[in-house]
Amino acid sequence: MSDITDTTVRPAPDPLADGTPAPGDERMWTARLRGAAVRALPPGKLLPDRQPSYVASWVYVFGVLTLGAFTVICLSGVVLILKGPSWWHESSVGLFFNSIHLWSVELFFFFMVLHLWGKFFMASWRGNRALTWMTGVIAFLTSVGTAFTGYLSQQNFDSQWIGTQAKDGLNSVGVGSFFNVLNFGQMLLWHVLLLPLGVAVLVGLHLLLVRRRGVVRPLPAPGRARHRGVGLQVSSAAPVAEEPAPDGADR
Amino acid sequence: MSGTAERPGSDSLAVASRQPDAEPWHGPTIRYDLVKEFLVAVVAMAVVAVALSAILSSPDARPLTIRQWAQADPSDFVATAVTELNGTSPTATYGPPYNQWASGEGQKLGPLGIERWAGVHVPVDTSVDFVLAPLGVAAQSDPALAAALRQYASATAGRQQAWATAYGNGLAHAGFGDGGVTLPPGRYGPVAPMMTGLLDMARTGSLDADLLASPQFYGTDYTKPLLFLADGSFMANQAQAQHLTGTQWGMMNETGNYPGQAWLWLYTMWYQVKPFTTTGNADALVWATMMLLTLGLLLVPFIPGVRSIPRLVPVYRLIWRDHYRRLAAASAGTVVPPAAQQPQRA
Repeated sequence: MSDITDTTVRPAPDPLADGTPAPGDERMWTARLRGAAVRALPPGKLLPDRQPSYVASWVYVFGVLTLGAFTVICLSGVVLILKGPSWWHESSVGLFFNSIHLWSVELFFFFMVLHLWGKFFMASWRGNRALTWMTGVIAFLTSVGTAFTGYLSQQNFDSQWIGTQAKDGLNSVGVGSFFNVLNFGQMLLWHVLLLPLGVAVLVGLHLLLVRRRGVVRPLPAPGRARHRGVGLQVSSAAPVAEEPAPDGADR
Repeated sequence: MSGTAERPGSDSLAVASRQPDAEPWHGPTIRYDLVKEFLVAVVAMAVVAVALSAILSSPDARPLTIRQWAQADPSDFVATAVTELNGTSPTATYGPPYNQWASGEGQKLGPLGIERWAGVHVPVDTSVDFVLAPLGVAAQSDPALAAALRQYASATAGRQQAWATAYGNGLAHAGFGDGGVTLPPGRYGPVAPMMTGLLDMARTGSLDADLLASPQFYGTDYTKPLLFLADGSFMANQAQAQHLTGTQWGMMNETGNYPGQAWLWLYTMWYQVKPFTTTGNADALVWATMMLLTLGLLLVPFIPGVRSIPRLVPVYRLIWRDHYRRLAAASAGTVVPPAAQQPQRA
């Protein structure tokens, strides 16, 4: 892939500055990928230290608390993995870590649902953010599957009962042929690897999209004249610009 | 977290608020330390999770075993076992993915029998897997049981059914003791010693091991013992006592006073209401309903009417109330300091 015949001595470029490759390197796949990544998410956009003044509401806390709970889930899950699936049944320390795992899952879903409803009532898909909404919904669904396989992997009466009841729903649509909820080994592997990996990837993509598009603007201010039939418009002495449709400019 | 010191943008708040949503924000900004906020969130969630764990712990009801079942309720065990033998148990007549249809056609979505499409991928022959194969192991050291198995195997299917049916009817008047099953006189053939032998195996725990038997040394598939357990009443009675059955919001709950999978409330709710409570296609219909609703949630940004709900429900006014207050003040020519109006967070 490298051109070893090119022995020209040139100053070393600083590709991290703006992602621009050195002359002659433009067609390299790595250079093109780096350039596209830096253009899409320059450092200031990826990790900004300032936000629009309207990002000062407690509703924005629910997303980061979901992330915080997810981190605790992963950390407590790693401890349970290190000691094996039977440990928490036989050890008080193991039971404590299992409890942390359980309660962080409950916190995760509590704040995730608050985050979802908050974003719904903020119409957060506006401004070309539909994909952000969709990755969030798919992350939620994948999280439900992750928690479900966790309950199936507990090796106790809850696992037995949930598995024998859940099989009927899955079998009724043919899923049970490939996803056997009574197979402990299969469920455990889905729970500790495939599904958490899926959640992590989806959450990562969701966050990158949030950073790329920025935080959605407030809906047009209430209490003033209606505009275009889609919201309420602030009136002021200054000329009023054309208001974007809150539910139309979302693709 | 950092304070909310405001820095003016190139546009005023009023002007910036009127720009298209897809455009970068050129209005005033505040300090927002994302990294610090994330770490604080992790610590906060860890503290709350540890506190809840210390106070409430987590449920861990011991799993049921075939041995426990046979010792606690031998009548239910034997009654279930004979239906596994003659192919009339719920698992024996289940259909895919465990076996071919013995009767009926399974659940459908309209004309579509999706349940059958995937075929048999987890084969279970209840007669062989739950009864004859385990008995074959025990018969290696029990000549009488071996003779009974040979007699059963050499009989016609009709004769086998007649024995099993007679045995099942006789169980209504049976007595159970340490010596096995005491039945009124009847034409049970070899089924009587076979069921007694299976009950003995179950009571000692050897049936638990035999049902898990894998062609390899290691095994992690509990499909067979769980299906056997679920065919009887013993497991369902335990679940009833723990408020876990379908009419009690089923698998959304867990043992003890714990929240369980509360996020499954919508899925579980359908099983409590008509027409899902009165149809034989409940599972397929509930799944189809949930798939449609899930698709709807996913596509909210593109569904006219649904995507307009947020502007009709004034929750957003509460969320952005400080922004609107400052915007109104800016329009009126007065200034409202953001830090005085906003929570102390980044």
